[in-house]
Amino acid sequence: MALSTMDIYTQAILSTAALIGLTSFLMLGQSRLLRMIFVFGLQGLLLTITTVLVAYSTDNHHLYISAGLTLALKVVFIPWMLRREVITMNMHRDVQALTNKTTIMLGGASLMVFSYYVLHPIVHTTTAVMLNALAVSLSVVLLGMLLMIAHRQAIAHVVGFMSIENGLFFAAIVATNGMPMVVELGVAFDVLVAAVLFGIFFLHIRTSIDSLDVDLLNRLHEVDK
Amino acid sequence: MNGLIAILQTVLFVSLAPLLAGWLKLCKCCLQNRKPPSLLQPYRDLLKLTRKHPVVAEQASWIFTKAPYIIFSATLMAASVVPLIAVDLPTSAGADMIVMVGFFAFARFFLALAGLDIGTAFGGMGSSREMTISSLAEPAMLMAVFTLAMAASTTNLSVAIAHVLNEGLVLRPSFVFALFALILVGVAETGRVPVDNPATHLELTMIHEAMILEYSGRHLALIEWASQLKLMLYGVLIANIFLPWGIAETFTAEALLYGLLAIIAKLAVLAIALAISETLLAKMRLFRVQEYLSFAYLLGLLGLLSHIILEVSH
Repeated sequence: MALSTMDIYTQAILSTAALIGLTSFLMLGQSRLLRMIFVFGLQGLLLTITTVLVAYSTDNHHLYISAGLTLALKVVFIPWMLRREVITMNMHRDVQALTNKTTIMLGGASLMVFSYYVLHPIVHTTTAVMLNALAVSLSVVLLGMLLMIAHRQAIAHVVGFMSIENGLFFAAIVATNGMPMVVELGVAFDVLVAAVLFGIFFLHIRTSIDSLDVDLLNRLHEVDK
Repeated sequence: MNGLIAILQTVLFVSLAPLLAGWLKLCKCCLQNRKPPSLLQPYRDLLKLTRKHPVVAEQASWIFTKAPYIIFSATLMAASVVPLIAVDLPTSAGADMIVMVGFFAFARFFLALAGLDIGTAFGGMGSSREMTISSLAEPAMLMAVFTLAMAASTTNLSVAIAHVLNEGLVLRPSFVFALFALILVGVAETGRVPVDNPATHLELTMIHEAMILEYSGRHLALIEWASQLKLMLYGVLIANIFLPWGIAETFTAEALLYGLLAIIAKLAVLAIALAISETLLAKMRLFRVQEYLSFAYLLGLLGLLSHIILEVSH
């Protein structure tokens, strides 16, 4: 099925899929926390747009509610909360350079190829749109994991974790036209609770090691080596 | 007939390039609260320079005096490959986009040689910087251009543009990536603000100016003209590949006129966008250019990947 034969909604959904992949890459390469949080909000906005597009094109009204939830939580609340944490902990001027940025970015690109390769066997049993959506969402999940490995700040880890959730949400929306409403409400609530819990974790990490750099946790041996 | 239109198109390219540079300067001056020079100032500068007697250093070899002509004609050849107002012309049928990139590389090679030829420190420094940047920019540009080539299954620019035009409005994720990549590369290759500052003569920051520091008179005019032509070339590439609407497919007078108006409007808008970005951004450190260009490469790669992943039928 060639791209030009699909309807305009499908094309638009595929375009937002590509942009969601791009935002994952942008987050991966970002060395300033505030900008990373901004890109995370952007990814949430793209997710909202996708949800609205799917809701409109398949006439599923309950998806509008989940689009609203995404907008409220992932575009407004969580970025706002993380931003506030960064500013109160006075980390917004820190530049934490990745040790080998080019390697990590190329690793990200190969993860994207890998996720497509993994999904290739299902070509015959599914439509092109679903395959592409699954490939992009799997790569968003993997890129989120790579983000958590590559960055050292705890806040970057939270952003990575949340972007993994974004990837799963995207797969659910595009491939199955959304989960049942109960599940979606539950997930949204979980994300909210997770965000609040992470805030408390930040506080604890900072009071115990006086920084949010998780590399410093390695020093917490009981006996000096 | 077709040959005549091809020649007309190239002549238009050459004659409109200083106008674009003048318009860009005008937009920039307005944004920065300065009194802009006249729109025709670049033409006057070129005319003044051609009247002046060129001064050539005693140590200069033949490369130094011949290089401006070689650079200008190579850029001219590249310009004749790119469809400006009409597709399907004999000049663009003869050469594809790889040849165009090759012409750019050829011109750049001689520019770098000319910078080294006199043996001044600045010339050598400028040449080395230019080569560093272009060695990173060229693969990124090819990646972006190959995305178009894969979508249209041809490397011929004219055929590819006609293909995009005939397909109607198709939202292609890969083109979004390729567009961003090509914009980033275009900014780097034409020496605009985040990479190089075209208005400066401050020695430590300049790249393009450092190489042509020793040129004067008509040699300088040719090099300046070639770099204006290159700026316009990138503008036309971006405008005509990603927004080809308006370009003439038949060779009637109305279609050609309409094509001309369309490309002028597109370039005017692009120049405004460039002027805004040049006003907002600061020039970056030379050692960060490599990060900037590897991001452009990554975008090009993603464009190619998302073409294969998202768009090709399985």
